[in-house]
Amino acid sequence: MDANAPIGPTPVNILVIGRDRPILEVIERLINAHEGWHATITETEEPAIQAITQKKYAIAFVSAGLSAQEEEALRKKLTTIDPNIVVARHYGGGSGLLENEILGILKKQQQ
Amino acid sequence: MSTTLHKADTRGHADHGWLNSFFSFSFAGYYNPQRVQFGVLRVLNDDRVAGGRGFGSHPHDNMEIISIPLEGSLAHEDNLGHKEIVSAGEVQVMSTGKGVFHSEYNNSPDQPVEFLQIWVFPNKLNVTPRYDQVRLDPRKGHNALQQLIYPYPGPAGSTTALAGTTTAPTGTTTTPTGSTTAPAGGSWIYQDAWFHMGTFDAGRKIGYQLKKPGNGIYLFVIDGAFLYNGQRLETRDALGITDVDSIDIEAAEQGSRILIMDVPMKNNIQ
Repeated sequence: MDANAPIGPTPVNILVIGRDRPILEVIERLINAHEGWHATITETEEPAIQAITQKKYAIAFVSAGLSAQEEEALRKKLTTIDPNIVVARHYGGGSGLLENEILGILKKQQQ
Repeated sequence: MSTTLHKADTRGHADHGWLNSFFSFSFAGYYNPQRVQFGVLRVLNDDRVAGGRGFGSHPHDNMEIISIPLEGSLAHEDNLGHKEIVSAGEVQVMSTGKGVFHSEYNNSPDQPVEFLQIWVFPNKLNVTPRYDQVRLDPRKGHNALQQLIYPYPGPAGSTTALAGTTTAPTGTTTTPTGSTTAPAGGSWIYQDAWFHMGTFDAGRKIGYQLKKPGNGIYLFVIDGAFLYNGQRLETRDALGITDVDSIDIEAAEQGSRILIMDVPMKNNIQ
């Protein structure tokens, strides 16, 4: 498939929550480098919750440093506010996997 | 028993000039919903990097990354202080845990490096990052399966490797880091996964017993050809097999080399 083909409404807003600032900044840069995708990064849960009450996000990525329990608690909070948001774990800033995870989620949302 | 055949020429492909990659599973701009992962095995990239080129510093977290050079050498550097050369005949293992930045460059200015890049989801999150590198004994991998990867053996079997994660590189070793619990060799990862590799003479039969109930096997033919249940697997073909306890394969050509990845089909995060 063409990775650059637009999928769904743009911009696609993507929230990333993780404890490691340098990793978050790489993820932010990679997402924002893709046309039509926009990242918001945060190290704590509270700004994430505030963000999704103010803007529509397609995806919330859980990044380094959050435990499985914290991920689950965050998932519950975010999906209570927006049942359509996809909360998924991301595994670092490797551009190949990041792009693919986003494409996969957007494809599923389209179906 | 259930099988999934991935012929070499049906893999994803990206040619960036300096990097020629074939993707067994969805990666980068190649997305195939039927090929996202095989159990906890998420990435199997067959990469060829031109001389003097490579992957600049970038982060990973919570992923077990295994690199197997098939030809040439990689120059590795990370923010844990490791600066290593990984060559064909060696295996590099990283548990990226709570986060690591690394770069991998072709160590040769003019010859390509060819390597398999394999990513496995871990069963433990946010661990202290770890780097290890092991040298394979070619005698042990001739007409026999040589263990490359085994599960974290617990604190008793991991002292050496953990000590080397943050303070000093473990370097290339010929003995397993968890040798008290894994005498067959290789290195360990945070997952109930075992990798074996071997090169076989034509006609050699190989039996493999799965290590854990619920695991599946992903066979990847590196060189030559193998037969499984009458099915011929050519170079770089792969076959995923689930719901079996053991398999028998046969080398169909002289010098056939195979990588057997025995992985959980469901991730049980601790």
